[in-house]
Amino acid sequence: MANPKQPVVRMSSITKHFLDVTANKNITFNLYPGEICALLGENGAGKTTLMNILFGYYTCDEGEIFIKEEKVNLSAPKDAISRGVGMIHQHFALVPSQTVLENIIIGADSGKGIFLDLKSARQELLQLQERFGLQIDPDARVWTLSVGEQQKVEILKALYREVDILIMDEPTAVLAPAEISDLFSTLRSLVKEGQSVVFISHKLNEVMDISDRIVVLRAGQVVAEKKTADTNTRELASFMVGRDLLEIIEKKTLNAGQPVLEIEKLDALNDKKLLALKSLNLVVRQNEILGLAGISGNGQKELSEVLFGIREPIGGLIKIDGGRLKFGNPAAIIKSKIGRIPEDRIDTGLLMDLTVEENLILENHSSSEFHRYGLMKSRKIHQFSEDLISAYDIMTAGRDAVTKSLSGGNLQKVMLARELAGRPKAIVASQPTRGLDVGAMEYIHQRILQERERGAGILLISEDLDEIFALSDRIAVLFEGAIMGEAHGEEASREQIGLWMSGVKK
Amino acid sequence: MIGFRIVKREPLPGWAKVVIPIAAIIVTLILSAIPILIAGGHLWKSYYYLFYGALGTRFNLLETFVKASPLLLTGLAVAFAFRAKFWNIGAEGQLLAGALTATALGVSLGGVPQPLVLPIVIIAGFVAGGIWASIPALLKTKLKVDDVVSTLLLNYVMIHIMGALLFGPLQQPGSSWPRSSAIIKAASYPILLVRSRFHMGILLSFLAVFVIWFINKKTTFGYQSKAVGVNVRAAHFGGINTTAVILWTALISGGLAGLAGVGELCAIQYRLIMDISPGYGYSGIVIAMLGNLHPVGVLFSSLFFSVIIVGAQTMSRMTGVPTYIAEVIQGMALMVMLIFLLFTEYRIRVVRK
Repeated sequence: MANPKQPVVRMSSITKHFLDVTANKNITFNLYPGEICALLGENGAGKTTLMNILFGYYTCDEGEIFIKEEKVNLSAPKDAISRGVGMIHQHFALVPSQTVLENIIIGADSGKGIFLDLKSARQELLQLQERFGLQIDPDARVWTLSVGEQQKVEILKALYREVDILIMDEPTAVLAPAEISDLFSTLRSLVKEGQSVVFISHKLNEVMDISDRIVVLRAGQVVAEKKTADTNTRELASFMVGRDLLEIIEKKTLNAGQPVLEIEKLDALNDKKLLALKSLNLVVRQNEILGLAGISGNGQKELSEVLFGIREPIGGLIKIDGGRLKFGNPAAIIKSKIGRIPEDRIDTGLLMDLTVEENLILENHSSSEFHRYGLMKSRKIHQFSEDLISAYDIMTAGRDAVTKSLSGGNLQKVMLARELAGRPKAIVASQPTRGLDVGAMEYIHQRILQERERGAGILLISEDLDEIFALSDRIAVLFEGAIMGEAHGEEASREQIGLWMSGVKK
Repeated sequence: MIGFRIVKREPLPGWAKVVIPIAAIIVTLILSAIPILIAGGHLWKSYYYLFYGALGTRFNLLETFVKASPLLLTGLAVAFAFRAKFWNIGAEGQLLAGALTATALGVSLGGVPQPLVLPIVIIAGFVAGGIWASIPALLKTKLKVDDVVSTLLLNYVMIHIMGALLFGPLQQPGSSWPRSSAIIKAASYPILLVRSRFHMGILLSFLAVFVIWFINKKTTFGYQSKAVGVNVRAAHFGGINTTAVILWTALISGGLAGLAGVGELCAIQYRLIMDISPGYGYSGIVIAMLGNLHPVGVLFSSLFFSVIIVGAQTMSRMTGVPTYIAEVIQGMALMVMLIFLLFTEYRIRVVRK
């Protein structure tokens, strides 16, 4: 759709860094009046960051923003709202014990002086409801409403503030299927009335369904911009996961040995108490890397957390080297020699406010090697940590440096050094290279391959298909909590894996 | 237009940990001039008598140590708990639990061999404080009950338990006041220096500084407790039994506060009265913050507090400024320290719009 109209939002050359991670890199993004533009990308691709910049929640490090032809400098959401930009986050900002009307007028200018003018506010709300077809009882208490209805309240709240550019951050993540189609018809009526909508999502089918135009982000950059009519899910999937990794990986031919990690009929719930893993079966053998591909949100997080010991499954069993694993107990899992590389190294894996040494000894500080009667053997501990720092080439001011002073790549080296020091039989690595630069990424890949040669069985959970293809001996695809398909690394085609990822069984 | 924004700053070097509390104390004393002047006091004279009253004579100096002892113990109690992010606001109740237990044993252990009485009283007081603190720790780890609220509210529970006992089984026979009988001689702390109240409990509290420093620095438990405080999720991931760590931290923390109660009972009052503690448990929170949760820092901040409390008596006598000024200074010290601590992590950036 060649749009002759001027964009209502023009973001040019936007760059945003968080510590050493570049969340947005030189992004140019336009939104045209009366369109639904989907911002598509994997978790961590930078979609929400970009929109939070437009909403004034973050300030960009570089770049310019124009809203309705006017250059703006947004330092808080109220600046964005006053220019007609509203954003609805995944978690709603509603007061459950108050009514719809009360929620809508909170913070908005509705009254004379210090007195509320509920009557005219109600009038205005009813007009809005009429115009946009958003039927909801203004006097209902918010806690009595369904999630879909609460979302409507959020939309009304934005409209009441005279917003005409609406950003919706993964709006379907919390909705049931029927509510999703309801939301879509609401969004269509919004644009019919002249609103412009940014729809953030990583779900291909939804994006194809609702949007007029699609902008694909990957690793903080725009990789594609397409009219929805001119593209398809398969093409979008390949944009999302990308294919520009140049790294050359040489892999020795090894024969897989005995199974070291066996997962049988594993059932687990997610944080919302919904079934996230459905009778999942997997086997990883010695000298083998099993790559587990899939679009995020299909159970990767829950599976890795079960294997890390921080989530208790509701059914099934896991065997390590033939021995049954005790669930929900990290200490027992460490003892059964599983190396664990969590997706969230900053919050789950590492203690950022402690020293590098204190992080390196976390898992074996209570082994008899490092203490006697509860007194730490500091000389042995120093030796241990210095050996690891040099073996893993960790760039740090020293073992006593505070961990948060390290760069992302070196943080991951600390993580690997700690987890691999005990020569684990099985390794579970979840997104081990996410957010890392190419050099650190190659280092991590080499280390994983070395572990494979040593004899470990490795479960590599990744949303990066290049990584999966480059490293895996076998590739399995996780879809809605179960294995959709499995193929040998050499025989697997991207097309086949892509179809499995989107839930299509050949 | 110029605006201000608070942004995170780079970690400060090690010396800042020493300089900041000292700077906070200086700023506090400067700010305290305002209420002193409002109260009509002569500024230099007031400060002179404040410090003279606390440090100027042998007796006053020793009194400052006497006063510092419970403050030091409750300060350590709070600091040790806060380091593990167990928000123990309940040192006051734990102190009372210790004093109550010491009373119950102190009036009734007449039949026990004399040298055993005091050790039994001390250990029991420690355990009582610890158990009282472990209740909110259990509620926190098992039922996710907020520890700030539960530790605070349990203070009032303990005050009322104490009241009930002082009007009931522990009340001195024949008395109509809520007070217990005096404890036996064998249960009281020996006085170590003549013509003073300098008692053995003061040495115990200094010993506690070393013990806590040692636990923090040298033991696996100290390491675990710190890890839990820094990031309980990552500590759990790393195989630390976080429930046990929080529970033991609470036991030790409450035990220290209980010791403060034992000291007040067995060296100062010799019998339990309702106002055995003028809020030592709450002062402990301020002292722990001012001491940056470090045992040596707590030692110095408790000494500072007791200088203010003891000195305020003399200052009041000589200049007419009410002794309440001591509490104003204490409160001010907390505010200043909290603001200073904020700026160790954040700085203000000026932005031009």
